[in-house]
Amino acid sequence: MSAGIRFLRLLAIFGGILGLGTLLPRAVNPYLMQIITLSGINIILAVSLNLINGFTGQFSIGHAGFMAVGAYLSAAFTFYLGRDGVAALAAAGVPEGVAVSGFLLAGLILGGLAAALSGLLVGLPTLRLRGDYLAIATLGFGEIIRVILLNIDAVGGARGFADIPPWSNLTWVLVWSAVTIGVAWNLVHSTHGRAFISVREDEIAAEALGIDTTRYKVVAFVLGAFFAGVAGGLFGHYLAYLHTNSFTFIKSIEVVIMVVLGGMGSITGSVLAAIVLTALPEVLRPVREYRMVIYSLLLIVLMITRPQGLFGTRELGLGRLGRRLRDLSVAR
Amino acid sequence: MALLDLDHVTHFFGGLKAVDDLAVSVEKGELFGLIGPNGAGKTTVFNLITGVYAPTQGRICLADRLLNGKAPFQVCGAGVARTFQTTRLFRSMTVLDNVRTAFHPALHPGLASSILRTRGAMRAEAEIARRAAELLREFRLERVADRRSVELPYGEQRRLEIARAVATGPRLLLLDEPAAGLNQTESKELMDLIGWIRNRYDLTVLLIEHDMRVVMGICERIAVLDYGRLIAEGKPEAIRRDPRVIEAYLGEEVPTS
Amino acid sequence: MQEFLQQLVNGVAWGSIYSLIALGYTMVYGVLRLINFAHGDVYMVGAYAGLFSALWLRAGTEPSLGKALLVLLFAMAVCALLGVVIERAAYRPVRRHPRLTSLITAIGVSLLLENLGIVVFGARPRAFPEIVRSQRLELGSIVIGSHQFLVLGVALILMLLLQLIVHRTRIGKAMRAVSFNADAARLMGIPTDSVIAFTFALGSALAAAAGVLVGLYLPRVDPLMGLIPGLKAFVAAVLGGIGNIPGAMVGGLVMGIAETMVVAYLAPTYRDAIAFALLILILLFRPTGLLGKREVEKV
Repeated sequence: MSAGIRFLRLLAIFGGILGLGTLLPRAVNPYLMQIITLSGINIILAVSLNLINGFTGQFSIGHAGFMAVGAYLSAAFTFYLGRDGVAALAAAGVPEGVAVSGFLLAGLILGGLAAALSGLLVGLPTLRLRGDYLAIATLGFGEIIRVILLNIDAVGGARGFADIPPWSNLTWVLVWSAVTIGVAWNLVHSTHGRAFISVREDEIAAEALGIDTTRYKVVAFVLGAFFAGVAGGLFGHYLAYLHTNSFTFIKSIEVVIMVVLGGMGSITGSVLAAIVLTALPEVLRPVREYRMVIYSLLLIVLMITRPQGLFGTRELGLGRLGRRLRDLSVAR
Repeated sequence: MALLDLDHVTHFFGGLKAVDDLAVSVEKGELFGLIGPNGAGKTTVFNLITGVYAPTQGRICLADRLLNGKAPFQVCGAGVARTFQTTRLFRSMTVLDNVRTAFHPALHPGLASSILRTRGAMRAEAEIARRAAELLREFRLERVADRRSVELPYGEQRRLEIARAVATGPRLLLLDEPAAGLNQTESKELMDLIGWIRNRYDLTVLLIEHDMRVVMGICERIAVLDYGRLIAEGKPEAIRRDPRVIEAYLGEEVPTS
Repeated sequence: MQEFLQQLVNGVAWGSIYSLIALGYTMVYGVLRLINFAHGDVYMVGAYAGLFSALWLRAGTEPSLGKALLVLLFAMAVCALLGVVIERAAYRPVRRHPRLTSLITAIGVSLLLENLGIVVFGARPRAFPEIVRSQRLELGSIVIGSHQFLVLGVALILMLLLQLIVHRTRIGKAMRAVSFNADAARLMGIPTDSVIAFTFALGSALAAAAGVLVGLYLPRVDPLMGLIPGLKAFVAAVLGGIGNIPGAMVGGLVMGIAETMVVAYLAPTYRDAIAFALLILILLFRPTGLLGKREVEKV
């Protein structure tokens, strides 16, 4: 595929997202907008977690911790530096929209990098643990991160972090969802993807073939954590308020459920499951007392009857579209 | 010149001495057999060579480079490939992808290049695909390239595992009971295959095997292990008649008075 | 010094609660290699079972030793049954599936119990009747509430009973065999399904006892009360060596004492974090726990 066609394709995707981002808020009521936006954030979380759990086979149930790091760091950045920075730039003639976007982007990236760093710190010591132990260690780290953040007064502490600049919106979420999906897709459909999968399938055999399994586990963790951090940043700047109660291990479990429902090892599965599971609580609102009961029953039944989730390790292929999608992946 | 040298290697598992002062060398290009009763420590020797365990005592050298303490993936990088007693194929992957994975360490582009789909990354992928397809043809597995590896008949799975190991471009190939579970025809095909790949890929082959037809049929030299100790070493004919070897496998001869 | 001994007694009392719950985790992990996330919620059900039976027997207004004992036994029986039902309905179907599937199923059961609890019992906390009158005991210069002794005493008796069952009965021997190697045990003719069900029943009964004791001690119950103590008890089990019964007892005590000391002498806000910090430390430096053995994977 030539560089020209690739550039045009990217332009088309970007244009489509901008279009959606500007038109949708006018066409759709705010309640639905919120669901769509939160779905987008959950897509980023689910796809990034799938990289760790699904493709590399590492039981991580502390994803909310990485999300929290990204959320709080980016919020602190824009809260303490953003508003003044935008004002200063405005005085220098920079249009406000551009300045705001610049600061938000910087905040998101910083949040992502901080989350990636915490992913490295969590991953390095724990990745030699097996299965259940790794799961519990990641759970523990997630909680420790949360408790630490809870005790930092500069970001609100127990009262929560209020008055965050509300600069994120659907367009931002859609762009980053596309980026996350694109990165994950390209990575997984490359030779590196096979390396990740080999770690999941049989670590000992993978090592015997010369693959540095520890390095690949760490890479999965760091990448997954980065995007979780970005998702956190988008989340904080959308709600304009943060509290550590949003980042308990219940949140981590919710993301795990999305990945399992969609199928560990299926990116399209994660996307669909994220949308379904964000919308589901709202659909069940009429029976809201029983909502969680139904939800947990569904989960148990799903595990007993179809543990591979909706798509297992396959991607959604709609005939011609499916084949085209496959052709976009690695040359045969 | 000795390609692989085990110099007074001893290994303990807690209080159990699994390998006892083992000293043996494998010459470049040799087809070398490692036999002995069950539990003699043969697979442990493989695990020591490939870095799964670090020997408690002794040195393991590949062409005078020390292998002790290297991680398994580094040992592979140094030129040692292996297969396993029970096949460890990547079950959810196709036959082709199993082999493509083996080409990854040598040919992979950078992570960023792969994410951005640079021309260099695409070229690397094409090269991996080309070499993998070629290898499958040589191993007569091209017809099943797109089947999931777990769907192959057992004999072909074993062949695939060997192909995958060869794909890493090793100098030394360790085969752990490659004939286990194969019938007579398949074993004969295996013997031909091993001889052929040794010549075709300029390999040195170290083979653990219980099937004596295979061992006596293709090995040029044989070492016999019992309780972790080397009890005999030499050409197949000599080993076959060695009383210590017979005793290890069958027990002492009962004197008939 | 008085203060320290006071806190120590507190810590040991809480520690024995954690031990009782931890025993359930460790026994189930021993026979199934499953982390039973729902175990903390079984403890919660036990507390409520105790609550309702106490109210029905009027054990709070007209207390007697007999009634208190009945409350305890009723709660233990209810939860033993609950444990068996959970195992049969939710865990047995996924027993042969990969570990992550069982883990998620367990999480599902936990969520189900908690939310059923909210729907059925109401989210507001309830007061547990005082089924045993509390007395202040003075030992020298230390003042201890009799409830702490009660907790300690009952816990000790139950743990002793457990040790007897595990080491002096045939079913106990069967449990130990299954935890070593379930397939070999089955081949030897041991009815593994029944043994596993029994293990669940036993562990759940102990959790129920812990629930009743905590109800008496605090004295408060609510549908989410199993969440944090469940997690801490799990950490305690890992601390002692998951799968190791004496380990669970030791781990629980260490957890209880560590937590009480940190709250008393450092900062109360870090109370819950202590459990996780201990968990991380143990997993990094001694993942098999204080009393556990290494499990090696054969290549």
